[in-house]
Amino acid sequence: MSRSFTKTILDITVYAVLIIGALTMLIPFVWMLSVSLREPAQQYARIIIPTPVTLQNYLDLFKDLPDQAFIYLTFNSFKISILTVVGQVLTCAMAAFVFAIVKFKGRDFLFALLVATLMIPPQVSLIPNFIIFKYLGWIGTQLPLIIPAFWGGAFGTFLLRQYFLTIPRDLVDAARMDGASLFDIFWRVYMPLSKPAVAALSIFVFKDAWNDLLHPLVYLPTDMHQTTLTVGLAFFQQQLQAGGKFTVLMAGAFLSIVPLLIIFFIAQKQFIEGIALSGVKR
Amino acid sequence: MDYGLKPLGREKLWLWLMLVPTIIGLVFGTIGSLFATLGLSLFDWDLINPPTWVGIDNYVALFQNENYIEAFVNTLKFSALYVPGVVIISLLLAVLLNRKMRGVGIFRTIYFLPTVTSAVATALVWNMIYGKETGILNFMLESLGMTPICWLCTDNAMMSVVIVNIWGAIGEGMIIFLAGLTAIPRDYYEAASLDGANNFQQFLRVTLPLVTPSIFFQTLISAINAFQAYDYIYMLTRRGQGDSSVPVAVYSIYRNAFHFFRMGDASAQAIQLALLVGVFMAIMFWWERHYVVYE
Repeated sequence: MSRSFTKTILDITVYAVLIIGALTMLIPFVWMLSVSLREPAQQYARIIIPTPVTLQNYLDLFKDLPDQAFIYLTFNSFKISILTVVGQVLTCAMAAFVFAIVKFKGRDFLFALLVATLMIPPQVSLIPNFIIFKYLGWIGTQLPLIIPAFWGGAFGTFLLRQYFLTIPRDLVDAARMDGASLFDIFWRVYMPLSKPAVAALSIFVFKDAWNDLLHPLVYLPTDMHQTTLTVGLAFFQQQLQAGGKFTVLMAGAFLSIVPLLIIFFIAQKQFIEGIALSGVKR
Repeated sequence: MDYGLKPLGREKLWLWLMLVPTIIGLVFGTIGSLFATLGLSLFDWDLINPPTWVGIDNYVALFQNENYIEAFVNTLKFSALYVPGVVIISLLLAVLLNRKMRGVGIFRTIYFLPTVTSAVATALVWNMIYGKETGILNFMLESLGMTPICWLCTDNAMMSVVIVNIWGAIGEGMIIFLAGLTAIPRDYYEAASLDGANNFQQFLRVTLPLVTPSIFFQTLISAINAFQAYDYIYMLTRRGQGDSSVPVAVYSIYRNAFHFFRMGDASAQAIQLALLVGVFMAIMFWWERHYVVYE
C-alpha cells in the first residue's frame, strides 16, 4: 500500500517535471508558428492563437523578399544539401568498405589517421581552404560548399565502417565464389544491405548541410539568388531590425524548418540511432 | 579482426581508387590544412600583397590584443557554463525518461526537436522572445511581479546565449545518456532494491558509476561544441558593424580572416583554438583512465 503510494507520488512528480520541461522546449516553436499566422499589427501581442488567423505572411514572403528570393534560397539549400548527401554517402561508403573488408598494407595506419582528424576543429581547415578556393576562382560560387562533400570524412566513414563490420563475411566469400570483383561486392552486396546506416548518415549530413551558417556565410555572396536559406534569413532579419514585419520573418523561419521536421517525423528512428551510434558531429 | 578480403590483380588499383576521395580530403581538408594553417600563422598576409615572414609575432600579438583576449575568455566562460548545463540536464532528463511509463516517446520527440531544426531559424524566434519591451519572457517576469531583464544587453547576453545553446543541445545529450542507461542490467537495480536502497541511493550508487562512460563522452562532445559555438551567438548578439556583444574565439577567427583579411592573425587564433581542444582532450582522457568505469 505505502509502496504503491510512494510510486504514484513519484510518477506524478516525474510527469510534472517532464511536462514543464517539454513546454519550455516547445514554446519557441509554438511562438514562431503563432507569430507567423498573425496580422503584422499583432506581432508583439501576448496571445498564442491569433485572431484572425491569416496566411498572408506566407504569401508576403514571396513579395517582401524581392525577385522571388525565397524560392531561390530554398532551391539553393536543397541543391547544396542533396549534393552534399550524395557526395558524403558515396565517398564515405567506398572508404568504409575498403577499411572494413579489404586487407592491404597501411590500412590500419590510414584509418587511425582519418579518425584522428575528428579532433581537428573545422575552423582550422577554413582558412587554407578559403585560400585554395580563392585561387581556383571559386569564391562566390557554390563549389566550395559542394566539392568538399566529395572528399569523404571521418564521421561518415567511421559510422558506415562500424555497420559494414556487422555484415556476415560468408556473403563476401559466396560472392567471391561467383567471381564478383571488389567493386561488385561493395556495390551489389554491401550497399543494398546497409540501407539503415546509409539512411542514418544521409539524414545527418542533410541536416548539417541544411542548417549550416558559417560556410555559406564565408563562401557565398550575400546575393539572395546565390546563397542559402540560413544566410538569407539572417540577412532578412538584419534588414528588419527597425521594427519591420516580424510576422513575415517567422513565416520564413517556419518554412525553413519544415523539411527537417518532415524527415524527422518519418525517420525518427534512424535519426536517433545515428546519434546513439556515434554522437560525434562532423 | 584478422580476416580481410585479399585484392586480386588489378583490384589493387581499384582499392586505391576507392580511397582517392578520402586521401584528397586528408591532404586538403584536414591534416594538410592543419599544417597549412600552422604555416600561415607565421606570416602576415592580406591575400593581396605577397606574404611576409613574421615568425611567432602573430602569437605574441595575440597576448596584447584586447579583442582577442576578450573573445578567448568568453569562449572559456561560455564553455564553463554550457558544458555542465548540458551534461547535468540531459542526464537527469534521460534518467526520468528511462522509466516505464506512458508518453515517453512523445517527450523524447519534443526534447529532441531543437536538435533537428536550424539554429538560425530558432534564433530568430528567440530574438523575439528575449525582446526587452516586446518579448514574452519579460511579460512572464512582469506577471510574476519581477523586474524585466534586458536579455541581450552586454551584461546579460552571455547568460541568454548559454540558455539558448543548452536548449538546443539537451536533446542530443538525452539520447546519448538513454543509450548508456538502457545498457545497465535491470538486476543491479533489483539487487540494490532488495538491499533497501531507495530511488535516490540507487541513482547515486548504481546509475551514476555505470553511466560514467556516457558522461565522459557527452562532456567531451559538449566541450568541443562549446569551443566552436557560433551560430546562436552570431544570430543573437551581432551588432550593426558586424561585431558582437559576446565575441567568442570562432567569431574572432571569422572576422579576422574574412572581414579584415588578416590571414596570419586568424591562423594563429585557429591554432590556439586547436590547442585548446587538444589540451582539453588530454585532460579528459587522463580523467577517463582514473574515473570512468567500463564493464
